[in-house]
Amino acid sequence: MVKTVNVWIDGNHIEAPETMNIIEVADKYGIHIPRLCYHPDLPPTANCGVCVVEVSGNPLPKRACCTPVAEGMKISTNSRKLRSYRKTLVEMILSNHDVTCPTCAANNKCELQTLANNLGVDAEHLPQILRKHKHDESSVSIIRDVDKCIACGRCVNVCNEIQTVYALTFADRGFESHIDTAFAGGMANSPCVNCGQCTVYCPTGALREQSEIDAVWEAILDPDKHVIVQEAPAIRVSLAEEFGMELGTVTVKKMYAALRKLGFDAVMDTNFTADLTILEEGTECVAKLKAGDPRPLITSCSPGWIKFMETYYPDLADCVSTAKSPMSMFGVLAKTYYAEEQKLNPAKIVTVAIMPCTAKKFEARRPELRDSGYQDTDYVLTTREFLRMIHEGNIDFKNLKDEDADENMSFYTGAGTIFGATGGVMEAAIRSAYTLVTGEELEAIDITAVRGLQGVKEATIPVPGFGDLRVAVAHGLGNARIVMDRVREGLAKDGVSPWHFIEIMACPGGCVGGGGQPYGNDMAMRARRGEGLYKEDKEMKIRKSHHNPEVMGEKGIYARFLGSPNSPLALKLLHTYYFKRSTSSGQVTEQATHKHH
Amino acid sequence: MKYFRAHVLVGVNETSKQAGVSDFISALKAMLKAASLEDEINILETGPLGFFGKGICMTVYPDNVNYENVAITDINELVNEHFLKGRPVARLLLDSGSGFSPKYNYENRIVLRNSGIIDPENIDEYLGTGGYEAWEKALKMKPLEIVDEVKKSGLRGRGGAGFPTGLKMSFTAPIECEQKYVVVNADEGEPGTFKDRLIMEGDPHQLLEGIMICAKAVGATKAFIYVRGEYKLSIQRLNKAIEQCKNYGLLGKNIFESGFDLDIEIKVGAGAYVCGEETALIESLEGNRGNPRWKPPFPGVKGLWGCPTVVNNVETLTNLPYIIKHGAEGFQKFGTADCSGTKVYTILGDVAYPGLCEADMGTTLRTIINDYAGGMKKGFKFKAALVGGAAGVFIGERLLDIKMDLNSLSQYSAVLGSGAILVMNENTSIVDMLWSIIRFFRHESCGKCAPCRNGSEMLYDLINKIKKSQGTIEDLDNLLLIAETMQQTSFCALGQSPIMPIRSALDNFRDEFLAIIKK
Repeated sequence: MVKTVNVWIDGNHIEAPETMNIIEVADKYGIHIPRLCYHPDLPPTANCGVCVVEVSGNPLPKRACCTPVAEGMKISTNSRKLRSYRKTLVEMILSNHDVTCPTCAANNKCELQTLANNLGVDAEHLPQILRKHKHDESSVSIIRDVDKCIACGRCVNVCNEIQTVYALTFADRGFESHIDTAFAGGMANSPCVNCGQCTVYCPTGALREQSEIDAVWEAILDPDKHVIVQEAPAIRVSLAEEFGMELGTVTVKKMYAALRKLGFDAVMDTNFTADLTILEEGTECVAKLKAGDPRPLITSCSPGWIKFMETYYPDLADCVSTAKSPMSMFGVLAKTYYAEEQKLNPAKIVTVAIMPCTAKKFEARRPELRDSGYQDTDYVLTTREFLRMIHEGNIDFKNLKDEDADENMSFYTGAGTIFGATGGVMEAAIRSAYTLVTGEELEAIDITAVRGLQGVKEATIPVPGFGDLRVAVAHGLGNARIVMDRVREGLAKDGVSPWHFIEIMACPGGCVGGGGQPYGNDMAMRARRGEGLYKEDKEMKIRKSHHNPEVMGEKGIYARFLGSPNSPLALKLLHTYYFKRSTSSGQVTEQATHKHH
Repeated sequence: MKYFRAHVLVGVNETSKQAGVSDFISALKAMLKAASLEDEINILETGPLGFFGKGICMTVYPDNVNYENVAITDINELVNEHFLKGRPVARLLLDSGSGFSPKYNYENRIVLRNSGIIDPENIDEYLGTGGYEAWEKALKMKPLEIVDEVKKSGLRGRGGAGFPTGLKMSFTAPIECEQKYVVVNADEGEPGTFKDRLIMEGDPHQLLEGIMICAKAVGATKAFIYVRGEYKLSIQRLNKAIEQCKNYGLLGKNIFESGFDLDIEIKVGAGAYVCGEETALIESLEGNRGNPRWKPPFPGVKGLWGCPTVVNNVETLTNLPYIIKHGAEGFQKFGTADCSGTKVYTILGDVAYPGLCEADMGTTLRTIINDYAGGMKKGFKFKAALVGGAAGVFIGERLLDIKMDLNSLSQYSAVLGSGAILVMNENTSIVDMLWSIIRFFRHESCGKCAPCRNGSEMLYDLINKIKKSQGTIEDLDNLLLIAETMQQTSFCALGQSPIMPIRSALDNFRDEFLAIIKK
């Protein structure tokens, strides 16, 4: 039983549980204490010192982010003295920051910029102490700009505590101390899985994606190239907020319109291949279930998760579905099926994927994902890059007229769209796998047990003719670790996994919480975007992947091109294999699984 | 038993080792043997002698003659004149010229009572002085009785912060859990401070006895001594002392059938000033980067590996045997009414006899400089003393009669700190001194928090500019502004400290700064 204590913040009497820190109590009560390194989703690093408050009985101010409230505490949050120290402190931080706001990727989203502005800081007042460093541009996904880094430690926290990837750490001491990868080898030579959570939690523009905007503009403007664009499920619920619309609004038709305005030759949708993934993965799962395989099947859509698995759990690589991600299925089909249908030279097709994800940039460049004979996915833009292109294209997004996508490879079901939220792939898979096993339709298709933001979700679904289907859903790699350790333990003990089917997404909240999503992407926002996807699903006429007429119908892609799920052609184009990677450098050490034939 | 006509105590410490004390002792012994004096003159290796002369120092009993800076080339004269004929060699005497006698240094000693008198590597000599009697007594006491006795004694931490030792113990003692720890902070990093080294070198057993008493009081069965890596001799002597205690059954399982277990282990630090901060020290002990932790939770509740941990300074713990043996009242005879006990100082700089001394709390700075350190070096005039190390304050002539105890000093925004007293002559540049201090803080900032990381660099930039006569009056204001912001917003005591020397330098010696800034 947590004790309740009486505290006074700026004269307001508040009753609060004694386990809470001052800043949490103040936030709950609506008193804003200026802060920089503190983030409600992360354990406090207490580095910046901006949130200092005066607490009765203490000669020096205390950090509100990590000082628990106590009975009788009298707290002052904005005295003249505190305002003055905060102002000088932020001036000190700014004097060691590469202040290039107008051209910075985080402009208008930067927490340091906002704070400095709010405190009325004079950036010229103190001597400049910035020493320029080389950026770490080794990674295909993420750039680290040390000159913009304020060493708040959020990225280290999210990388180590939330994601348990352990790619980032503090190096050196004192003024030379900075955030780095082990042996200063750069992100590309670290266990970094490119999930990009560091970029969304970075309060400044120190961490951002490797931009591919210029290359995409070049392709669009090249009359010789046929540029196809696909958008991940999460994109349609992540654009609204930028243009003053309600957070989580589904703007799918404005999204298509914007893409056409930008000049893409073909506007299609990743959701289509999400439905296709369910058929491929579901068929794989059902085969495993029918064969009584004690090893589980684990989803393979999330590239951050795949590299994490290859690094930390290569012994379980054979449990991971061989199905490519929806993005990669789309890429390979665009340069084979679509090229054939449209009588286009695949060499002249450029595929662009708009993803809420930085790891997709890494996935697109995997050498094994070239089953079309070309790099299946040419360019990957994050949501942030897409938003920037919309601005560069002078597009009034909010007032765009709704448009539909092209007819090819675009039609999707409710099952495809919920891929963007944690538990969505599991829910979509159950809706179809049930039918694949029993030959009957599942009636209660809202599987709420796998929805929501609980770290590890478990459910048991009775399937006639099979028995209880035990499933687990994990989002965030720290939670993935919990699930994988239990699988490993179960297999070691009696050869049986605790679950038959497991969904894992690298990012907390699933793709709506992806590392390519707009800055300031906290858990509360992720939940709202997820709700947007479930709302879209609820309103759709077709909510099961196997009912997508473009996939399974007479005119569907299986009938016209692939044959049937897991057919030899499907296995050739839509399935892949995995590697084992070094836990220190992230480099491939050997091949872990082989491609089906 | 052999009967010796004279005993020669040779101080063996890091300083004299650098001066070649081992070779000196071998040569001296060989010479005595050649002169057939080996059964008459006894050579004893001991710790610091209670005065701090240059190079190799020694004391001859019963003559009570102190020599300094002796060398192998002096041995012939020493043996022939003094040891054979009984005529001290005047030119080598410590008090040659100045007439200074280090007699004060032997009075009123608690912590250094055996230092320079017994052989620190021989447990029997320590036992002969009444050593481990307090431990025997403590083993029969209830933990809370020990805590109460320490509380009553008024002992306060000697590491710098001056927190009441008994109170600190009382946070940990009542906690019921599987494992508690005592951690000894021997990572002496404050510039100009070496008292803990000399305590460990001179009388390691008294520290061990203090650790034992503290462990018993709080219920800790394991203690770690976190020793600065450079302190090779301390580590060697402590290890030897721990071995001897184990052999005598003073440490181990079920000590003297009391049911109490205790093990003491030495951990060697890697040389970071911030690791003297107790939570950073704990992080380092755990094998992590030496960054401080947020308090609360305090280490007394949640410290090493999450267990309740009492962290105490070497000197603090070394006081405990006296308190237990002589009671709180015995201890309170030393010092002032509200700040009891003694304080060990390291006096250095332009005094005649830099070194180590132990004086009652409340002794004036003037007395310490004049009576314990022999006053200023010949031909020099006093200008200022930096009291408390780098995190200390500059004290000028005006405040020389300040009483050196925690309460009196705080009235002048000064601190006792680690007990370092750096005395500067009239020609010393305070600007240069401050530059050196700021450079130190810049170098030792751990980099964890923004105010200290950026502030220490900015201070260094400013003082560099000022030192090069390129500073402006605005730069002087910014020094204070930045240091004050660091004090108010830094994570740990390191970043909170630079304001002390900066403000006291600018307050007391502002003219010096004004003289070299751009007009």
